[in-house]
Formats: sequence, structure tokens, C-alpha cells
Amino acid sequence: MWLRLEARAAPSRAMRYLPPLVAAALTIVAGFAVSLALGRDPLAAFYAFFVQPVSSLNGVAELLLKASPLMLIATGLAIGYRANVWNIGAEGQLILGAIFGGGLALHLPGVDSRWLLAAMVLAGALGGMLWAAIPALLRSRFNTNEILVSLMLVYVASLLLSYLVQEPWRDPQGFNFPQSKMFADAALYPILLDSTRLNAGFLVALAVVACGWLFVAKSFLGYQMRVAGLAGAAARYAGFSARRSVWIGMLAGGAAAGIAGVGEVAGPIGQLTPSISPGYGFAAIIVAFVGRLNPVGIFFASLLMSLLYLGGEAAQMELRLPSAITGLFQGMLLFFLLGSDVLIHYRVRLLRRAAA
Amino acid sequence: MTELLVPIVVATLAAGTPLVFAALGELVTEKSGVLNLGVEGMMLVGAIAAFAATVASGNTWVGVIAGMLAGAAMSLVFAALALTLQANQVAAGLALSLFGLGLSAFAGKPLESIALQAPLVFRIPLLSDVPLLGPMLFSHQPLVYLSWLLVALVSWFLYRSRAGLVLRAVGESPVSANAIGYPVIAIRYLATLFGGAMAGIGGAFLSIVYTPMWVEGMTAGRGWIALALVVFATWRPGRVLAGAYLFGGVTIAQFFAQGAGVAVASQLLSSLPYLATIVVLVLISRHPNIIRLNAPVSLGKPYHPDA
Repeated sequence: MWLRLEARAAPSRAMRYLPPLVAAALTIVAGFAVSLALGRDPLAAFYAFFVQPVSSLNGVAELLLKASPLMLIATGLAIGYRANVWNIGAEGQLILGAIFGGGLALHLPGVDSRWLLAAMVLAGALGGMLWAAIPALLRSRFNTNEILVSLMLVYVASLLLSYLVQEPWRDPQGFNFPQSKMFADAALYPILLDSTRLNAGFLVALAVVACGWLFVAKSFLGYQMRVAGLAGAAARYAGFSARRSVWIGMLAGGAAAGIAGVGEVAGPIGQLTPSISPGYGFAAIIVAFVGRLNPVGIFFASLLMSLLYLGGEAAQMELRLPSAITGLFQGMLLFFLLGSDVLIHYRVRLLRRAAA
Repeated sequence: MTELLVPIVVATLAAGTPLVFAALGELVTEKSGVLNLGVEGMMLVGAIAAFAATVASGNTWVGVIAGMLAGAAMSLVFAALALTLQANQVAAGLALSLFGLGLSAFAGKPLESIALQAPLVFRIPLLSDVPLLGPMLFSHQPLVYLSWLLVALVSWFLYRSRAGLVLRAVGESPVSANAIGYPVIAIRYLATLFGGAMAGIGGAFLSIVYTPMWVEGMTAGRGWIALALVVFATWRPGRVLAGAYLFGGVTIAQFFAQGAGVAVASQLLSSLPYLATIVVLVLISRHPNIIRLNAPVSLGKPYHPDA
């Protein structure tokens, strides 16, 4: 028997929304296979990975807490991806956001006003935009590949943060640990649910996702950028500026990632440390794709991805598997998604050898 | 001065060698019209496979072959997605890099505290006895010589052999190549596999020769730098070699600067290779014609014979 791809006359609309579900199902099947291969009971592993982490109120709070940066960043990235602007350096833009927002908190220790937090969010967005502006400028001025530039800047951002917490911003009473002072209460997001870590940063993320939806679904500019991504020549003919697409696409991702960085340091971490994100900036790329570059889809995809993070932590505790298994499943999820996307443009036919 | 020159040259060549392998492989892949952004992931999986195989067998060459096969296996996943299933090449390559990072971190956990003995350098008889040049150029790890040999072979293959001509034709115009009767998809598969195998050897060099141990994410962006190198080299093998050693020099500059007591934050020195990559990319891409004349025309564009 052979599988054969037959081109569809027109892309299937129904099949546009099926692949994320197929991909999630295949990832779970692959999870069964991995746990069998590692000699674990697959059902117990499934329970420990996907069910147990969210079977308590605290678990649900953690799910939403970790989904917040993911949905935020993915919404920003999707605006660029729709226009074929490939910002893959959100991890670095997140770090710059944390540096700008966190720096403000460290330099205004006496301020006891709610406006401090608002200023930090704004500073974080600016920091992320500043970092994203570098690849945007180089791409629009010198035609430099934004994929490679934005990624290189991730390493530079990480080294910059490492320098700041080791030298100028190190807590003198911190027993020589490379970390800043703890932020004052006014510089922290208020907790939403008592006795959990879920904070108001989640509401900020929801608001950004809603704005993202308005932009891509309702605004003329969002429509222009979509056309630029689907048919560059048509967009140029219609007079839509390609440079503007690059700038808006990059800056949207940078601002969102910067806000997410503030969310981490003004949320669960509460200070600047050398490592403030377990790869949210990269995982958000997968979230953007799994969510079909649509903020509504991104919301649900971020919950799934957040569950993979929680499951990885649970796997470490319950199954004694390295939590790095999260990265393995994240990669697989994107593989399965891209693979099943073939259904949008092609029909898969089973051919018997005799018939072929 | 000369007593410092020899270690600098030797360290530069060693630091550049993983980039030579990875960039040379990606160059061949791109010449066939396929853009595989998964070099970082293929290098990482090659590195951990090579390390595990060397630990298990005690033989460096078994490790190198394991790294090569692992890199090729990773590229096969990319090829299946991008060439057979027609997935977006940028997205599939990103997925490969993220997957490789996760897979290598997961597989490498139990091996984290093991250190290997670096293999011995191989002194080429007679040549290595030449004063100055001998210790600089002819007393290296065997893989360094292999990388030189491969640069020459790939150069010959691409520009002097019939098969290389076909490969380049596929990269320039898959439609025409298909019309003449060449199996475009099969050729692209082979070019992608070669790229994966080479990235795997590059990773193997890192984990069993350069720093003989396993550290999560130990390629530290070298796969991405290799991608930039291909652009910098304007898709010419000889220039890949020169570019890789330029980056090797920038990478080791920090160690010599620290050794000489230069009072600069170590983080600034460590960020030099990444900043240099950006500068080099800007310099080469600000002349649109250089890219347009040298880049394979169909680079990154999906192609399906039925469509």
C-alpha cells in the first residue's frame, strides 16, 4: 500500500482547524510510546503528566500563571508571522523587558504607588521593543535576515542580564549570589487567588490577547499585513508598505515579550536573577503556530503548552524523569502540527499496489 | 611573539572546526534549494549521540559515526516534513532546532557528570616538523584535517562534477530540473541528509574533542552562526572555511584577552561572536546584488512535482 498526496482544488477550511487537534492527539500517543520505551506504565504516566497537575485549584492557578507569558508573546509574534516577519528572538526581548521593568523597580525602591507597576509594564514593553527594533532596522535598512539577527540577540541579552545581576545590580546582602534585591510590594503584581501564585499579570495577558484579536481580525492595518504575508506582490501593488509590516511585526512581538518579562520578575520571581524564563520565548513560537496565528487559538494553545510545562515538572517528581522531557514534547507537538497541515492543501489517498 | 602565535592559531582552528562542518553541510543543502534552519538542533543531537557512543565504546571514531548518523536522522525528520509533506521550511527548521534542544537535554541528563579524555592530536609526519608552520597547521585533531578534505571535496563536487551541476540546477530551478527528468525531491533529500550528517559531525567535534563532556545546550548558538556563515560565504565552500576561522578567532579572543588581564566584563567578551555574526550579516546583505547573484534562486520555496 502507498500513501499518495493529491492536491485539493481549493484549500480545505475544515482542515485548517483540525491539525492542532490531530497534533495534540499524536503528541499524547507519542507520550505513551516514550513512557513504554522508558519502562513506565503509560496510563500512570498520562495521569501524572496531564491530569494530576490540574486536579487542584492550585494546579489550575499554576496552569494560568505559566500560560500568561506564552499567550502574550505568541499573540505578539503571530502579528509578525502573519506578514512573514520571522522574529524568533522573543526570549531575548523578554529578558530586556525584565531588565527595563526590573531596573525601574530597583531604582525606585521608596515609591509606594500602584503607578509604579504600570510604569514597569510600560518600561518592559519599551525594552522589548528596543531589542526587537535592532533586527527590524537591519532588515528594513540593509535587508539583513531578521531570523538570525533576532536569535543572536537572545544570547547577547542573556549575557547582559548575567552581567547586571553579577555586577552593578547585585544585592550586597545576597550572600554573593548573582541576583538583585527583592522588589518592594508596590513593584509586584497583586495576587488574584489567595494562597496561589496566580497574579494580575494574567489579566494583562488576557487584555493583550484581546487587543491582538482586534488588530488581526478587525483593523485595516492587520488586514494589510496579512495580505503582505500571503501575496507580497499584490500587497506592493495595492501600495501596502513592506517596511511598515517589518516594523510593526517585530515591534508587536518585542512589546509583548517585554511585558511578559516584567510579568515574570514582578510575579513569581520577585527579583532579577540570571535565568528568568524556562524558554517561554521559544515555546511561544510553537504556541503561535499551534494557535493558527490567531489570538483565540493562541489562548487555547497556551493552555496546552503550559500543561506540558507542568507535566514535565510532575514527571520529574512522580516518574523520576528529567523535566527536559517538556522540550521533547514541545518539539514533537510542532512536528505533528506541521505534518498534519498537509491536509489543508492535499488529500491523502491510500493506494493499493495493484491499483498503482 | 611566535610562542603565542602557535597556540592562538591552533585554538582558532579548533574553535572554527565545528562551524566548518555544520556550515559546509548546510551550504550543500541550500544549494539544492532547501533552507534547513534546524542546524542547531542537529548539532546538539549529534553531540549527545557522539558523546554517549564514545562513553559506551571508548572509541572516538565510533562516537563520530554515531554523531553523523544522529544528525542525518534528524535531517530526515525535517526532509519528511518539508519535502514530502510540503510544510513551511522556516517553521519545520525551527521545529527541528527546538526538538533537538529538548531531545538532547532529555537524553543527556544521565551523562552530565562524565568527562572524557580528549583524543590525541595527529602530527603529520615530516610536515609537522617544519618550524612554525608545522605546529600551526600540521599538528591537529584528525577531524580538522577531515574538515579540510571535505571543503576540497565539496568544492570539486559542486563546481567540477556532473552530479554537482545537477544539484545546483535543482536549487536554481526545480521545475526545469524536473522537466529534464531529474528526481528533484530525491536529490533534495540527499542534500538535506548530507547537511544533517555534517552538522552531526560538527556536534560530535564539540562534545568529544573540543570540550570533551556533555552540557545541555552546549552548541551555544553555533548552529545559527553556521547558517549566517553560509550567507557570509555567499554559498562558496572555500569562503566557509575562511569565515569559520574568523569566528573561531573571535571565540577564542575572549580567553586570550582574559589571560592578558584586559579589564572588560567577561560577558561582553562572550557576546562578541554573536555581535560579530550580526555585523558580518549586515555587511554582506547591504548589497542586495551579492545575495541575489549568489543565493540559489529557489532557496526555501516549497516544490511538489504534481502542483
